[in-house]
Order: sequence, then C-alpha cells, then structure tokens
Amino acid sequence: MQEKSLAEINERIRDGSARVVTAEEMPDIVDDLGLAGAVREVDVVTTGTFGAMCSSGVFLNLGHSDPPIKISKALLNRVEAYGGVAAVDLFLGATQPSEDRGMEYGGAHVMEDLISGKQIEVEAYGVGTDCYPQMELQTSLRLEDFNQATMVNPRNAYQRYNAATNSSDRTMHTYMGTLLPRYGNIHYSGAGVLSPLSNDPNFNYIGVGTRIFLAGAQGYVMGSGTQHNPQNGFATLMVTGDMKKMSNRFLRAATFHKYGPSLYLGIGIPIPILNEKLAKSTAVRDRDISVPVMDYGVARRDRPSLKVASYEELKSGMIEINGKEVSTSSLSSFHVAREVAHTLKQQVEKGEFLLSSAVGDLSRVGSSRPMKQTKESPNVLDVMSRDVVTVHEDIRVEEAARLIVSGSFDHLPVVSRSGRLMGIITAWDISKAVAGGKSSRVGDIMTRRVYSVRADEPIELAARTFDMHSISAMPVVDRDDKVIGMITSNHLSRLLARRR
Amino acid sequence: MKLMLHVAPGIVRYPLIASVILETGALVNIERASIDAVSGEIVLEVPADKCSMVKDAFERRGVKVVPLEIPVIRDENECVHCGACVSICPTGTFRFEDWLVVADSGKCIQCGACVVGCPQRALKLVLK
Repeated sequence: MQEKSLAEINERIRDGSARVVTAEEMPDIVDDLGLAGAVREVDVVTTGTFGAMCSSGVFLNLGHSDPPIKISKALLNRVEAYGGVAAVDLFLGATQPSEDRGMEYGGAHVMEDLISGKQIEVEAYGVGTDCYPQMELQTSLRLEDFNQATMVNPRNAYQRYNAATNSSDRTMHTYMGTLLPRYGNIHYSGAGVLSPLSNDPNFNYIGVGTRIFLAGAQGYVMGSGTQHNPQNGFATLMVTGDMKKMSNRFLRAATFHKYGPSLYLGIGIPIPILNEKLAKSTAVRDRDISVPVMDYGVARRDRPSLKVASYEELKSGMIEINGKEVSTSSLSSFHVAREVAHTLKQQVEKGEFLLSSAVGDLSRVGSSRPMKQTKESPNVLDVMSRDVVTVHEDIRVEEAARLIVSGSFDHLPVVSRSGRLMGIITAWDISKAVAGGKSSRVGDIMTRRVYSVRADEPIELAARTFDMHSISAMPVVDRDDKVIGMITSNHLSRLLARRR
Repeated sequence: MKLMLHVAPGIVRYPLIASVILETGALVNIERASIDAVSGEIVLEVPADKCSMVKDAFERRGVKVVPLEIPVIRDENECVHCGACVSICPTGTFRFEDWLVVADSGKCIQCGACVVGCPQRALKLVLK
C-alpha cells in the first residue's frame, strides 16, 4: 500500500513543491489514477465549509480597570456577554440577542463589527468586593483593545446536516430559514463534497490539535464538538482560534427571521494524503453523502423524516416529496465554501500553512441523546400548596368555621387519626349546616366522596378532575392516602400565566 | 413588464382591471394584490407591446402606475450567495449560476418573502 509521512508532506509544503488540490477536484483524480496513484500524485486535499454555526462564541479579556471591577454582567453594544468567569473575562455567544434591537442584532453581529474594525460600547456591572471595589463602568473598545479575543466554538463543522421542509399549513420561520407551507420548499445546509468531516469521517487525520483554517485565521481542533455523533454520520468539532486574525470575509453575522442571530463561519481543514485510506475518503462525492429530509411542520423533537436525499439531489434544485416536485435551496454558501478551500489551497502551496499531527484521537462514539426531562410537564407536587390544615371528623362545625376564617382558605380535608383522607368540608357546607339549624360535628356534614390527586401525578390530571367535576380545589395525597397538600385552580392558572 | 398600481380607496370598488382589459385587449396577469381600508397595491404582468397602452388606461382612471424596473436590490457586500432566497421566491426571481446567486429582477412581484428570508439582510424592496 502506497504511503508517505506527514513530515515528508510538510517538507514539500516548505519548499513549495507540494501538490495541493481541493476536495472537489479529488474524486476525478482518484477515478483517473486509482488510490495508489492518487497517494503518489496528491499531497494535500483542502476542504471548506461556510454556513450558520450557532454554537460559537468568543472569550474576551478586557484587562483590569482602575479601580478594578469584578464583572458580573456585561453588555457589548447592548448584547449580554457571560461574566461568570473571573473578573474581566467574558464569553460572548453568537446567538445572544441584543437588549435594544432584539434579534436583528446579536452576539454574532458584535463579533463581525469587531473584526471589521468597528468600535463597540461596553457597559460592565460589578459586584463590589474589597479587591474589586468598582461597581459600574462604561468604555468604548476596538478589537485591538482586548488582551485576548479567543474564539471557542463548542459545535462547528457538522459532517452533514438534516434538510428541512414543512408539511403544515403555515409558513414557518426557523433556523433552517423560511419554510413554505405544504412542502413549499426544502432548505439544506452543508458543503457536501467539500465538508471537512465528510472527507475524513473515520478521523484518520483530523484529531485533537489539528491545525485548521478558521475564518481566515489558523485555528485548532480542540476535540469533538457537542452532540458529536460520528456513529450516525453527524460528527462535529470543537474549535478555537485567535479572533484578532480573522477576516470578515469568512465570519458573517446573520439573522434568521423570528429565530434570532447566528454566525456564518468559514472552516477549512487540509487533509494530507498519507495513505490510500485518506485518498479514498477524500474522493467522496455529493452523491455519496445523504441526509434525511425532516418535516419541521411537526413541532416536536422527533420530527418525521420524509425521505433521504443526497447532496447531489439537494443541489440539483428540485427533489420529489410525496409525488410533488419541491424546490430546494441551501442556507450555507457553497460559493464561499469553495473560496475557503481555494484560499487554504493557496496558503498550503505558498508554504504558509503547515499540517499538524493530532495529539489525540477524536472519539468514534459520541452522544446526541435527547434531553432527560424531569419536569417536562410539572407534577402536582411542583405547584401544590403544602400549607394545609386538616381536621378530624369529631370536631364541631363551629371549630371548622373558625379554622376556615383564620386560615383564609375554604376547603378543609377531613382525616382519620392516622392522617388518611376521609372527606372534605367547605365553607359552603358549613353555611348550609348553619342555615339549616343543624349545628353538629364535621363528620355529619362532610362530603365523603372526595376527589384527590397524588403528588407525583402530572398537573394535567388535576386540571381534568377539576373540569369534570366542577370543583376548584382538592387535597393532594401521598401513596398511603395521607394528605400532604392542597391544589387549587389558582395554582394551575398561575402556571399557565407564567408560561405565556 | 411589471406594473405596480397604487389604487386610492374611493375607486377600489370599481371593476378597474376588468375595464382596462376590455379596453386594451391586453392579457394581464394579476401577480399580487393587497387592498385594505386605506389603500390598494396591485402588481400586474403586462405584455411589453401593450404596456404603455395599459398604463395610460389605468392613469385615466385615476390610478398611479409605476413600472417595476428594479423591484428588489441586493447589497453585494452583504450577500454571501447562500441561496436562502432561491426556493422561497414564488416567481423564481433567484437562481444559482455556478453557485453564485443571480437575480432576474423582471420576475419580482415585491412580495417581500426574500427580504425576511435573507439571513444576511442583503435584500431590499425598491418602494415607489
């Protein structure tokens, strides 16, 4: 098997004799020369992608003010940056919307403004400590004023991405763009043939520490990204790079209508053709990479997949869904992805970009499990009032009346000596008893067919019981039928009001 | 050729388009119409040879007529040629040519779908 070493390839890059091609050119070369021939002929294949990468951000160090401040909250052009890392380190996330301009301006826009040489307005609020007495400050900064501006992106360069369409009757505005009703269009994302991870899906070269092209700067792979799921073909990368060296040609702020800000980022990875395995994986074509077309008309996590389509089909501009020709278009830019791959090719050819060997492997098994939702729908326990007064059936009605008045509630659960629920008495029951001249004991007038709900049941069940029996409150019991709280229709309406 | 008609509220109830079609014999296609309590906007596709005749006929009926020569403009510095506008345009104004998005402005009916659909905010309607 034909092989060569990374040192050999770097030597050729240094002396300007390396043969570099883009991942778009490689498939034909492998077809013509075969794998062994391609290894002999080609030293480096450059890849590139340019699309929305929401999971991106930058660590900014402001330097210390005088008097010093320990920043708890910071706004950069009215976009909040996370201040919970030491005194003057901030993390600005790409999708954070601004406080004054809403989603039309966000963290990504601050980054683009900084890279474009614009000045940004900084407001910082401190906590006030003996060592950091300053409480508040304002300043105007440019990118060069920060000590460091280090981009750290938790999830970038998706190997491939699900395409999106919409079966519902209304236009949807999503992070996959405008999706027209009744399968009006399909949007897809990803560079297909040029996608860095699709050109090395088994991580034969790409690993921890691999040098990459990150928005014009030389950055590095930190490791696998969040939601890294290589076993299903959805590998991701966590990457870092110096934002001061980036170019706004390859870093662009975006806004998805009614979704919010995002960041378009150009990432390229040069892959050395060390062996036939790498020659083979970089010979991948659009037709070899397929993605499910998901129905975003279903507003649940597990959206149905309508069909599987290759990037070749998606890029053709039209695919068939349920017998209908549906127009497709991309959200990522293949034009700029090509530019990334070409720029990287030139940099390698000129000896400006050397390839690095990984210091660790990317994991071949990742995790992109659904969220464990312990409070998907609140349980009765989460909303009930624990403050409950119970009575025994042998107390006098007058005593129950006094308890109701002093406690400002109108339901009293009646319990046995062991605390088990036996019945309920309401202000109305007492009024009736008094009006009828029957002044007696609680046990004589209480409602024995009492509805109750268990603390570990979902609130939907309590709501349904209220509705079916036209009641507004009921005791909450534990597994032994002992009263531990009360739930009222007020608890549920408050919950609904908060959700809005 | 596309014509944008600005219709005053008083004449909305009159069968304007029908009467102009009968008068000019032009095969007119109504591509967009939005009419509310205070005004009406209608975009018509009119055959090039009858364009001035149709324009005159509307103007005689008190309608302001604006030819839509450049209905939508693109900020070339902002456009990254992603293509988000391509599949959402009802008239197929945008298409890829070697992965550059090119626009055939003549097809635009100023519905505005691309303006909100553009992630780079690179598109604007030219309002007249």
